[in-house]
Amino acid sequence: MLDILLPILIFSALLLTVIGAVRRVRLWRQGRPSPVDVVGGLLKMPRRYLVDLHHIVDRDKYISKTHVATAGGFVLAALLAIIVHGFGLHSRILGWALLAATACMFTGALFVANRRRNPPARLSKGPWMRLPKSLLAFAASFFIVTLPVAGILPADFGGWLLAAVLAVGVAWGVSEMFLGMTWGGPIKHAFAGALHLAWHRRPERFSTPHNASAARSSGLKALKLDDDKAKLGVEKPADFTWNQLLGFDACVQCGRCEAMCPAFAAGQPLNPKKLIQDMVIGMRGGTDAGYYGSPYPGKPIGEHEGHPNGPIVNRAGGALVDAETLWSCTTCRACVEECPMMIEHVDAIVDMRRFLTLEHGNTPNKGAEVLDNLIATDNPGGFDPDSRLHWAADLNLPLMADKREADVLLWLGDGVFDMRNQRTLRSLIKVLRAAEVDFAVLGTEERDSGDVARRLGDEATFQTLARRNIRTMSQYRFSRIVTCDPHSFHVLKNEYGELGSADMPANYEVYHHSTFINELVKAGSLTFKEWKGGSVTYHDPCYLGRYNGEYEAPRDVLRALGIDVQEMARSGYRSRCCGGGGGAPITDIPGKQRIPDMRMEDVRATGADTVAVGCPQCTAMLEGVVEPRADIKDIAELVADALVIGQSTGKTASSKSAPQPQRTVEEVTP
Amino acid sequence: MPPDAQSSSATGLNVAVLVSIGRHPLTARTRRADQDARAVEMALTLSGASVSLMHAGQHDSDNEEAIRGYLGMGIDEVRLLEQMPQADVVPVLTEALRASAPQLVLTGTRAETGEASGILPYLLAEALGWPVINGLAAVEKVEKGVATVLQALPRGKRRRLRVRLPAIATVDTSAPAARQSAFGPARRGEFDVQPHASEADSALTQWQIQPARKRPKRLKIVKSSSARDRFKAAAAKSDGGGGQTLNDVTPEQGAEAIFKLLREEGVLR
Ligand code: SF4
Ligand code: SF4
Repeated sequence: MLDILLPILIFSALLLTVIGAVRRVRLWRQGRPSPVDVVGGLLKMPRRYLVDLHHIVDRDKYISKTHVATAGGFVLAALLAIIVHGFGLHSRILGWALLAATACMFTGALFVANRRRNPPARLSKGPWMRLPKSLLAFAASFFIVTLPVAGILPADFGGWLLAAVLAVGVAWGVSEMFLGMTWGGPIKHAFAGALHLAWHRRPERFSTPHNASAARSSGLKALKLDDDKAKLGVEKPADFTWNQLLGFDACVQCGRCEAMCPAFAAGQPLNPKKLIQDMVIGMRGGTDAGYYGSPYPGKPIGEHEGHPNGPIVNRAGGALVDAETLWSCTTCRACVEECPMMIEHVDAIVDMRRFLTLEHGNTPNKGAEVLDNLIATDNPGGFDPDSRLHWAADLNLPLMADKREADVLLWLGDGVFDMRNQRTLRSLIKVLRAAEVDFAVLGTEERDSGDVARRLGDEATFQTLARRNIRTMSQYRFSRIVTCDPHSFHVLKNEYGELGSADMPANYEVYHHSTFINELVKAGSLTFKEWKGGSVTYHDPCYLGRYNGEYEAPRDVLRALGIDVQEMARSGYRSRCCGGGGGAPITDIPGKQRIPDMRMEDVRATGADTVAVGCPQCTAMLEGVVEPRADIKDIAELVADALVIGQSTGKTASSKSAPQPQRTVEEVTP
Repeated sequence: MPPDAQSSSATGLNVAVLVSIGRHPLTARTRRADQDARAVEMALTLSGASVSLMHAGQHDSDNEEAIRGYLGMGIDEVRLLEQMPQADVVPVLTEALRASAPQLVLTGTRAETGEASGILPYLLAEALGWPVINGLAAVEKVEKGVATVLQALPRGKRRRLRVRLPAIATVDTSAPAARQSAFGPARRGEFDVQPHASEADSALTQWQIQPARKRPKRLKIVKSSSARDRFKAAAAKSDGGGGQTLNDVTPEQGAEAIFKLLREEGVLR
């Protein structure tokens, strides 16, 4: 009886699965073209799945072990079940192997069920609550029907009633596990996820070592602006590339992104998990009524709907997502860092912002003004570009225009217009002079790096600023760029390269000042007094840490000062954003609390008197928190305060005229 | 403000907006002129009106960039009446307006470049025989060839006027701010370039043009112990002292009063 029923069940399920797969692939193919290495990607997929993905899943040990048991057991069990029960190859060895696989899967499924007993808020409910039961049904049914094959029980064991029960169990199991994979059940993540890993839009992310800058692949991709007729940015779900759509479909709704998102925690109307689900809804067409996770704060479920070729954002609202959702993001990349499926939330958000800014002209609040300023004055504040060096009138800074070459090009950033940041810059210059670094600045030739314009979706202004900066820098010879602004650092390092040309390459060696100071310390060029301040904690800037993987240099510098860093609960790759990135302070979408207040709460929990920072934005955001709170000091300020000048380093104030070691000239690259 | 906001119903109204090349006060880069952009904004918020843009001037890359700033507000095409540098644009604009016969002409109060005397709308009105309204703040309704509009007066006052169309209206900074100019539509917008004979402005060739310098402002010294009073004094706009407000007078009486004032001030001798 079961001998007839099982093959029918298994093969009809497989057939339906294949039909579902074809339909699913068609959904993804609605997207724009994006070339991938189809075969190569598939070949690399197992490694990406087992190594790179596991690396991230493993941050939650409980679920990583559970997943290995359940998924590993399932894949093996499914293959063996097809052979043993589908093709009727009743070999005893295979039977035992199938028993082992189902047992393993069953054990894993018990742990899944346990996690689901009191699920944390970040997990989706609905069909996901059914999943552990389905897993158990699949494993248990196949275990029992395999017992006779392994020779443990007689073939006619149990009679009709048990056979019927088992048939139902198998049917349930294969529907969830096979059909669900391609028809949109929870197990869809396995199918879409595997292909997403194979054809990921940023294959560099799978390179080793895992923490290297290249493996982070955090630079945004340039938008082609040379085609006059093309629509700019993403207006409707079908405007994403096909492999972005595939990526969205891979989401397991684990909510790790939601748990880390500062905008979500602040009660702003953004939840990265729901955003990805909304894109899936848009790709398929329909409303969000079937979504069972946390909503966008303040926006009830069931009021939004979309279609593959309908707008994602309506001016009047009510389409797939509201504009505020997209403008709440600080581009802190916490979601991307956490996502076990390696989904690229920030790319998607910026793609949609590009449409809103470049086609709708609808950048909220101060957005339009800032962009106009960038176009007219090359800085977001609309200050006179000729006043860029006014803050340094007494410092006698060496100008590139005079020197033509230097070891270090010191990139000052737009902080030159901000009185608070000018203190940091002064400190940094004091440090560079103490170490007798051969540096020069661009002065009034420097422009905004384009970071803010790009994150606000204004790719045109970004590219104009970037190209002008590249042209300026191409006139001078220097071996590296040092900057105290992680945003400029990231953009110069990772985003200018794509805009360079053969005669004006834009691949620079860029150092954040903390990294550079750390090198100076290691080379013994700086001498410090003993640290006498109180306890210190360190806040990792998103654009230095998660974007570029630099967590150690700032800590090394603090250690060299004799500071014992009191780490915050969320530090390193899990550092919480200060709220200052991605143009968020400009678009200023209201929430229930402010992101910097929450970060200052984290600082308070360590009991530190001072929080060391390495970014003008972080300084501004954290200093905006009302007292009493810890002091905010840039690393450069802490270093400058501790400097002992005049012993090993000799005269420093006149380093401009001091002859520099000749080596710097050989090292330079044009 | 949401771009689809509508201030009034003006179905079928033909609106021409005269736009000029703006200039950023700090960097002198060309851009859309602020007041002209507000005029475009005003035109775009008249629901159902058909809006056409017109610029008389040169067709070079800098100017094109600046004019594209207006197109980026969501307009498909601009008519460019090509003129020599330093040409007097009044004749060509008069001719073009007479030919295209819009019911309402909007423009900024004064340009940001060139003479910037603000006299152009008056010269056009004189040549066409149309009324002029300055400081247009809102168009309330248009009915049977008569527009009901609000005119902005100093210090936030508004005056409701009824004007027979066609008319020319100028806007200044009391009109709603212009919407953001988007790169995509700006780049796709088309130029309808029409070469026209230029009449050289002989007066202008005599002029010497140099960047304006900010005139120093005399500080009023306020002796008061309270910071609030000092702040109020510093922030207050000067009332300008004398002057008189004439209400309900005949045009002749009004003209008489203005004439007398100009005499007193030595503007007319
Ligand atoms: S980048 Fe940061 S703010 Fe934006 S969605 Fe991700 S976690 Fe949230
Ligand atoms: S986007 Fe990634 S992190 Fe967020 S719920 Fe989906 S799989 Fe989890």
